[in-house]
Amino acid sequence: MRRVLSALAKPFTETAGLARWMLVAGVVITAVFVICAIFAPWLAPYGFAQSSAHGTEFPKVGHPSSAHPFGTDRLFFDVLSRVIWGARTALEVVILSILFCVVLGVPLGLLSGFYGGWLDRTLVLIMDALYAFPSFLLAIVVSFLLIDVYGGSVIAVSLSLTVVYIPQYYRVVRNTTLSAKEASYIEAARAIGARDFTIMRRYLFGNVVQSVPVLGTLNAADAILTLAGLGFLGLGIQSTQAAEWGHDLQRALADAGSGVWWTGLYPGLAIVLLVTGLTLVGEGLNETLNPTLRRRRLLPVVMPPRASSTTTQEEQG
Amino acid sequence: MPTKPDTQTGTGPLVEVRHLSVHFQLRGGTMARLFGRDIGTIKAVDGIDLDLQPGEVVGLVGESGSGKSTLGRALLGLVPATTGSIRLQDQDIARMSRRQLREIRRVVQMVFQDPNAALNPSMTVEQAVGDALRVHGMRSASRRREGVVKALERVGLSPVELFLNKYPRDLSGGQKQRVVMARAIVLNPTLLVADEPVSMLDMSVRAKILQLMLDLKSELGLTYIYITHDLATAKYFCDRVAIMYLGRVVEIGPTEEIFAQPRHPYTKALLSAIPEPDPDKMVPRDLPRGEIPDAADPPLGCAFHPRCPEAVRGCGWESRDLRALVEQHWLRTDMAYDEEQAVIGDLDHLDAPATSATLGTGGAGAVRAILDRVRAEDPSEPLWSGVTSIEDAGPGVTVHFEPAEPPALRRAGGVDVACVLYPDEGTGRASD
Amino acid sequence: MAIDLTDQVVDASAGQPVISARDVRVWYGTTRGAIRAVDGVSFDLAPGETLGLVGESGCGKSTLGRGLMGLLPEGAKRDGQVLFRGRDIFSLSQKASYQLRGSELGMIFQEPLTRLNPLMRISQHFEETIKQHEPDLSKDDIRERALEVLRLMGIPPTRYRSYPHEFSGGMRQRLMIALALVLRPAFVVADEPTTALDVLVEAQIVQILNDLRRNFQTSLLLITHNVGIVAEACDRVAVMYAGRIVEQGTVTEVFKHPQHPYTRELLRSTISLSTTGLNFIPGAPPDLVDPPDGCRFHPRCPEAMTVCASKNPVDMERPGGGRVECWLIGPESEIPAGGKQPLKQQELTVADEA
Repeated sequence: MRRVLSALAKPFTETAGLARWMLVAGVVITAVFVICAIFAPWLAPYGFAQSSAHGTEFPKVGHPSSAHPFGTDRLFFDVLSRVIWGARTALEVVILSILFCVVLGVPLGLLSGFYGGWLDRTLVLIMDALYAFPSFLLAIVVSFLLIDVYGGSVIAVSLSLTVVYIPQYYRVVRNTTLSAKEASYIEAARAIGARDFTIMRRYLFGNVVQSVPVLGTLNAADAILTLAGLGFLGLGIQSTQAAEWGHDLQRALADAGSGVWWTGLYPGLAIVLLVTGLTLVGEGLNETLNPTLRRRRLLPVVMPPRASSTTTQEEQG
Repeated sequence: MPTKPDTQTGTGPLVEVRHLSVHFQLRGGTMARLFGRDIGTIKAVDGIDLDLQPGEVVGLVGESGSGKSTLGRALLGLVPATTGSIRLQDQDIARMSRRQLREIRRVVQMVFQDPNAALNPSMTVEQAVGDALRVHGMRSASRRREGVVKALERVGLSPVELFLNKYPRDLSGGQKQRVVMARAIVLNPTLLVADEPVSMLDMSVRAKILQLMLDLKSELGLTYIYITHDLATAKYFCDRVAIMYLGRVVEIGPTEEIFAQPRHPYTKALLSAIPEPDPDKMVPRDLPRGEIPDAADPPLGCAFHPRCPEAVRGCGWESRDLRALVEQHWLRTDMAYDEEQAVIGDLDHLDAPATSATLGTGGAGAVRAILDRVRAEDPSEPLWSGVTSIEDAGPGVTVHFEPAEPPALRRAGGVDVACVLYPDEGTGRASD
Repeated sequence: MAIDLTDQVVDASAGQPVISARDVRVWYGTTRGAIRAVDGVSFDLAPGETLGLVGESGCGKSTLGRGLMGLLPEGAKRDGQVLFRGRDIFSLSQKASYQLRGSELGMIFQEPLTRLNPLMRISQHFEETIKQHEPDLSKDDIRERALEVLRLMGIPPTRYRSYPHEFSGGMRQRLMIALALVLRPAFVVADEPTTALDVLVEAQIVQILNDLRRNFQTSLLLITHNVGIVAEACDRVAVMYAGRIVEQGTVTEVFKHPQHPYTRELLRSTISLSTTGLNFIPGAPPDLVDPPDGCRFHPRCPEAMTVCASKNPVDMERPGGGRVECWLIGPESEIPAGGKQPLKQQELTVADEA
C-alpha cells in the first residue's frame, strides 16, 4: 500500500518548478470534473433531460436566475445540470475509448515488435494508414458507420475515437518493444527457457507500457475535443440519451444571434477547462516520467569553508 | 586432446561440438531490405570442433568479432547452428525443436557480461531468480522461494531477506552479477556458459566473482565455458584455453602449455597486449597492426595474416594487403604523398578481396617505380614473398599473389595450432 | 591572441608545472544532498609529463577530469585553485575558458563515436576544430596540419576525406586523439580512452599515448581504472579514493612500494599474468553524500587504527618521494594517545559489496 502511494506521489516529489505547477493545476482542474462526473446525480439540481420540476415547467431560454444559475435552453433544459452531466458523458467516452486503445493497441504493438516479419509489416501498414487519415474525418466516417449498429450511444462514439487514437498506442509500444527486445535481460529470459508468451508478459510488458499513461492523458484532452466536434456535427450522442457539451454548443449556435449567451458559454467553458486540465496533467507527467525531459529537483550545493586538515598541503616543486 | 583424469562419470566428454558453423545473413541498406536481397554472410563461427570434459573449465579467448560469444550462445541454442552438431547427453542441440531447447536449458545455463542489462529492471531479485523455476513448471510460490533462497545463499547474497525484494537498480555491480549467477544455478545445470562475467566489473570485485565461480564449480560439480578477451583471468581460471580469431579456433590446448609456450602469433599478440602493473616485469612489445577485420569479408588465406608480425610467404596475401602497404608507405613519407597519389590513383577498388590487384593510373613504369620504393623501404615485408608476378596493365600494373588456403588446426607440441609456421608433426616439415 | 600570451608566460617560467591544482573540490547536486565527488585534491603536472589517475569507479576520477575542463553538469560546483601556466582557470570568464578549451586544454573521451558528427567528413571535423581557434588558416594549411597529426596517429592520408562510420573503433579513437591534439594543447585530459576498445587495440592506443610526450610535449592526465595501463603509459600516478588523492608519486615508486593500504590492495586485487591467487578489497567505496569520518578508507582498511575513524589523515611527504595521506605513515605527533590501537571493524558482508 505504501509503495503504491509513494509511486503515485512520485510525479510530485520528483518534479521541480513549472512542471510541478502544471501537474498540480492540471490535477485540480481534472479532479473537479471527475467529481462532477461521479456525483452528477447529487450535484446537478436536475436531470440532463428534465424540463420541469415539481409540476412547473422550466422557462424556455430562461435567463440565469436563482432557480437556474446558468439559465435554461430552448429545449427547457437546465444548463447547469447539462454541464455537470456532460462531464459524466465526456469522461465515460474518454475512459472507454482509452481502455479500448490500451486493450487492443498495447498487445498488438507488443506482438508486432516482438515477432516482426509479415505480421509486423501488415500491422504497421494498417496503423500508418489510420494515422495518416485526418483524424477528425476518420472519426466522422467511423461514427457514421457505427450509428446503424449502436445508434448515437456512448459505445459508438468511444469506438470511433478508439480508431482515431489506437495507432499512437500501437506505435509507441511497438517501437519500445523493438528496442527493449534487444536488451540482454530478454536473452537471459530465453536462456532460462522462457516461452515467447512469458517473455512478452513478464519481461517486456512492464518495460514497454511506461509511456502509455502519458499518452493516455494527452489523448484524453484531444479526445474531449473530438467528442465535442462529433456532437457539434450531430454525429455524437443525442441529447435525450446523455448530456454532451458539443451537441449543446451546436444548439446554442442559433441563440447567439439573439443575445442569449448562457447556453453556449457554459458548455464551451467546460470543454476548454477540461481540455486544459488534462493537457497540463499530460505534459506534467511527461516531464516527470520522460527521462529526456525530466529535471529533478536538485538540492543546492553549498561548499562549507575548508576544514583545517584539508589545507595543510605544503608547497611542492 | 588431454582429458582431466578426475572426470565424474568417466564416460567421455560432456559436450562434443563437431564442425559447428553459425552464419548470419547480412541485409544491407533500404533498397536491399525492401527487396529482401542478401548482401552477404557473416561466418561468426566457422567450422569448430570442441570437446568439453565434465568438470572442466574451457576458456574461449579472443577479441570482439572472434565468434567466441556466438559459439557460447550456440551451446544454449540461443543462436541457430548453420551446420555441424553439438552433442550433449546423447542429444544434438543443433537440431532441437524450440520445446526441446527450452528443456535443455535446465542443463545448460548462461551468465552474461553486463550485469546492469541482464536483469529485468522491473523484477525483484526474488522474481528474477524464481522465474527460472517458474518457467520450468514450479507452480508453488513457497517452493519457488525455497529454491531462490538456497540459490541466493549459494552465491553469497546473505542475509537473503535483505535482497529478495530489491530491484536491480538498488544493487551494486557485483551484487547484480551474483543475482545473475543465482538465476543460472537455481535450475541445477551441469554446464555454465559465462560470457565475460567480470569484464564490466570493477577491479576490486572481479576476483570475488571469479572466486565465487570456482566455489560454485566445486560445490555443484559444474563445467564452465569461460568466454573472455582477457588472457590474464583465463590463465588463472581455465584448465584449457581455445584462442579464437574470426570464427575459428587458432590455438587450443592446456592452459599451462599455452601460456608457457604460445605458438600462434595471435596468441603471442594477445599475451603481449596485457598491461603489466609490475614495473619490473614490463617488456617491450611488438604489437600487431590494425584491428580485427570485417567478418563479412575475412582476409584470404589465414585470417590473421594482415596483422601478423610473423607472417611468411604462404599466408594468403591479397589485394587489400597491398592497399594497406601503400598506405603505410604514405604514413612514412609525407613529402611524396600528393605526387605519388596522383600516379597510384584511387585505392578503394582494392577492398574487394582478390589474389590479383590492378592499380595505378600514371603509367606502368611510374607505378612500378613507386612499388619498388615501397619495397626498398622494408625489403623484409613478407607480402613481397607472396607475389608471383607483376604485369603491366594499361596505365598501371597488376600484381598477382600466390593463393593460399586457411591453415587447419594441427598438432604442435602439447597443443593444436592453425598456422602455416606449424605444419603437421606427423608428415614432417613439408612446406619449406 | 590567447596563445601568444600564454607562450610568453611559458618562456618566462620554464620548468614550472603546466597544471598546478590546489585543494580542488567538485560537488554535484542531487535530490539527496551534495555528492562530494572531488573533495580537496592537489597535484602538479610538469610539461610533457603523464599523470595516471586510478581508482575504483565512483571515486571521483572522471569528475576531476571534467571539473578541470569546466565540463560539469548543471547544479555542480567547483572551487579551489588550478593554475594553468600561472593563470587560475577556475576564475576565468566563460568566454576565456571557452577560448582555452580546445586550443590549450584538450579532452579525449571514452566513446569516440558519440563525439564525431556522422554527417561530417574527417576533413570537416578538422576544419571546424582549427577554424574555431585560428580562423585565418587556409584550407590547405589546415589539411597539412591535420595530415601531420593523423600520420603520427597511424591514419593514412588517403582516409582524410572519409566519414566517421568508415573507420573501425580503434581508428575512431585515434581520430579523436588527433582532433584533440591538432591545436597542440599543452594539457590534455584523457578519460578512460581505451575502455571501449579491444585488447590489442587498447595496447596500440596506450602506445600512442605513451608517445605523446615525445611527439607533442603535451602534459596528459590519463584517467583509467586499469593499473596496468598506468604502469605502461604514465610517469607518475595519483591513486584516488572517495574524492581524495590518497597517494601520488612516480609509477615505479608507488607500484613497487605502495604506502597507502588502498594502493596496495588495489594492486593486489588486479588480475595479471603473474597472478597466483585471488585477492579483493572487501566492501564498496562509500556514499559520497555522507562519507565516513576520518580516513574515508578506514571501513575497508585491513590496518585501520582507532585514529583513522575519527581524524582526517594528514597529507605527508611520502617515503621515497611523492605524497601520501595515511596515519600509518604519520605524523606521529598528531596521533592521539592510544590512537594506534587496531580499530574494531564491523564485519563487511556481500551486502556492502561493490
